[in-house]
Amino acid sequence: MTDDFLQVSEREVGELRQQMLAFTRLQLANDFAAEDIVQEALAGALKNAASFTRQANLKTWVFAILKHKITDHLRRQYREPQQDLLDECKNCGHSDDQIFNNELFDDRGHWYADAKPQRWGDADRMVHDEQFWRVFDTCLAGLPPEQGRVFMMREFIELDSDEICAALQLSTSNLHVLLYRARLRLRECLEDSWVKAGEKRS
Amino acid sequence: MMNCEQATQLLSVGMERKLKLKEQAELKMHLLICSGCRQFGQQVQQLRTIIRATKDSSDKPEEKK
Repeated sequence: MTDDFLQVSEREVGELRQQMLAFTRLQLANDFAAEDIVQEALAGALKNAASFTRQANLKTWVFAILKHKITDHLRRQYREPQQDLLDECKNCGHSDDQIFNNELFDDRGHWYADAKPQRWGDADRMVHDEQFWRVFDTCLAGLPPEQGRVFMMREFIELDSDEICAALQLSTSNLHVLLYRARLRLRECLEDSWVKAGEKRS
Repeated sequence: MMNCEQATQLLSVGMERKLKLKEQAELKMHLLICSGCRQFGQQVQQLRTIIRATKDSSDKPEEKK
């Protein structure tokens, strides 16, 4: 089993490292901390290579370790808030967000016909659809960084509002605004790039 | 009368805190007549469910011996 792990080429490890860094940077304001965490996660994965089995996809395996490292880091930060963290709120009044909302809602605040949410397929199928997760990654990376970060802290790492607010020095209402904007953009992107594209494919 | 922009905001906030009775009532009224917002509400819940489902299946790698 260790041999399987070692057969992964340097190029593949390099690509994986880049994906891990992008994912981690999305959730941490600090690039140095992101580099450290990715390094630790990769080292941890190599150390435990013996328990890596063929069934576990390499990327899933390494990312599972990475998620735990990020969670630990964010929880530590929650206990010892960093004074030098930026108040993300200066990004709350993004003019891009207003422009985006104007594309979805008319001047009375109702959905435009072509922006109105459509029915999605069932959740079980989506979970196991690799194509869906590729689209998801792309859509997530396309969010304004502060929106992507709070969305993943909330939904993926499952920190609660208080923990996120303390870690990022955010007020609760600003957190709610960022989460709302993230959800609005993400579901729109998923519908355009996955649901509607899927209808065209079939 | 609540519009779609306000309804979607409440649907999102409702995933973070319990809505006040007045908010719940107005939102319910809006959802009765708006299929777009009903879909929005289902989709954001669906995203939460599937993201957590992937996490559960790949959780605690260190224990996989």
